[in-house]
Amino acid sequence: MLKVKEATRTFNNGLAGFNNISFSIEEGETVGILGTSGCGKSTLLRVLSGLDQNYDGAIEIRGAGDQPIGMIFQEPRLMPWLTVKENILFGAKDEKEKQATIQEYLNLVGLSDFDAHYPKDLSGGMAQRTAIARALIGEPDVLLLDEPFSALDAFTKMQLQDLLLKIQQNRLTTMVVVTHDIDEALYLCDRIFILGGQPGTLQAELSIDVPKPRDRGDSFLAGKKAEILELLHIEKEVI
Amino acid sequence: MTVNIDEKELFVTKGKKSVKINIERKVRGLALGLVIPFLLLVVWEAAVRFNWLDAYVFPAPTTILQKIIELAQEGTLWGHVGITFFRVMIGFLAGTIAAVVLGSIVGYFKWFEQLMDPLIQAFRSIPSLAWVPLFILWMGIGESSKVMLIAVGVFFPIYLNIVSGIQGVDRKLIEVGKIYHFTPLQIVRRIILPASLPSFLVGLRSGVGLGWMFIVAAELMGASQGLGYLLVVGQNTYSPELIIASIILFALLGKATDSLLKALEARALKWQDNLQNQL
Repeated sequence: MLKVKEATRTFNNGLAGFNNISFSIEEGETVGILGTSGCGKSTLLRVLSGLDQNYDGAIEIRGAGDQPIGMIFQEPRLMPWLTVKENILFGAKDEKEKQATIQEYLNLVGLSDFDAHYPKDLSGGMAQRTAIARALIGEPDVLLLDEPFSALDAFTKMQLQDLLLKIQQNRLTTMVVVTHDIDEALYLCDRIFILGGQPGTLQAELSIDVPKPRDRGDSFLAGKKAEILELLHIEKEVI
Repeated sequence: MTVNIDEKELFVTKGKKSVKINIERKVRGLALGLVIPFLLLVVWEAAVRFNWLDAYVFPAPTTILQKIIELAQEGTLWGHVGITFFRVMIGFLAGTIAAVVLGSIVGYFKWFEQLMDPLIQAFRSIPSLAWVPLFILWMGIGESSKVMLIAVGVFFPIYLNIVSGIQGVDRKLIEVGKIYHFTPLQIVRRIILPASLPSFLVGLRSGVGLGWMFIVAAELMGASQGLGYLLVVGQNTYSPELIIASIILFALLGKATDSLLKALEARALKWQDNLQNQL
């Protein structure tokens, strides 16, 4: 469970970042954060992950595991000197214990045949799958994703979105996905937060009550997309 | 056409065929590199044999080879080569250790860089050979002044490369460690050290090159044994074959240590995504 209370983090004399944001996310929920660029959505994620500690307000993460946070960045950020297997184990608290489960994770992300490869030999999608396995093996309570698939081609993107859904359903991980891809948010998330303004504030919150896996061409989702576009558009006119 | 075939070969990287092709290609490259030196040697030998060159000034390659064999048979060769090699290695080791310790701290802590770097840069601008008289005054003409001079020469390239290597580590990788709540020590050991290894190895290679340069200076200054001493003896006894013999021995030793480091580098950095690792 993740609770954020009146969190503020601004820079550039209060023109960038986000201001006074409060929300709470239930366990097992997937929340998408959408917004135009510069509205502080990546900053919000950095604050949630603990990478940025200069914020005001309160953040509460409650979970049972020894690793509260897992993060998947826009780029894979693999250690180039480690093999796929070593990269997945990177950061695992008890490496020996995880040795037993590594195969399971390699299978999960479809890289069983590539465990001994170095990142230089991987395609972009494979590298990002390695990063996903690395984030998952620590069994984090909350998984933060910062535009995780924005650097990938459309086809790989869809595959990895399905992979994420599968993982989410198996493990009931709480997820926060920052994205600028409205379709991605509609496909993955239970709730969508719209951030806007500079510094960003929480403009709107939408619930997507459609069971997963969803049909990418669903007319209800298309309606929601129009709604979101309108919300973002209004925001533009204000500025 | 050939390019296409090579690419197909690449897909079966683990296959024996591509390894075979690799070796073949390497041997061919090596052979190509030997053509011009071999031709030069033949011309040189012929020029001396036909008296186009004066043998007293420019001895034939065979004479030089004979000189080396002669030294080896006398048994003095190993002493000279051994002591020179020993001095370089001890100096190299001392310089490397100092550079690693100082370079890591300067690279990692901003305040320490501000404290120490100006001083170190000031010392760097002193031509290292200018230290020679001072070292001899302080430590005599024994081993310690020679080793010290080499250590000073080796220090700077390694230091500079370590500092820039550490400072150039991708912040994004360090953030990954922070997500896992690594301690600063873990971040150094598991991210910063491996990430700065390539530039450290570059520093080692240029350091060892400078080490060989400074040993000549150190041994020319005053030594009773060593390859540099043979250079002086050759000059004083008017025997160019001895001078050229020691130059060749220097070249062989320098090349050997460099190849060793290069092999180490290739082994340690096989993960690098660069041109060299492409084939």
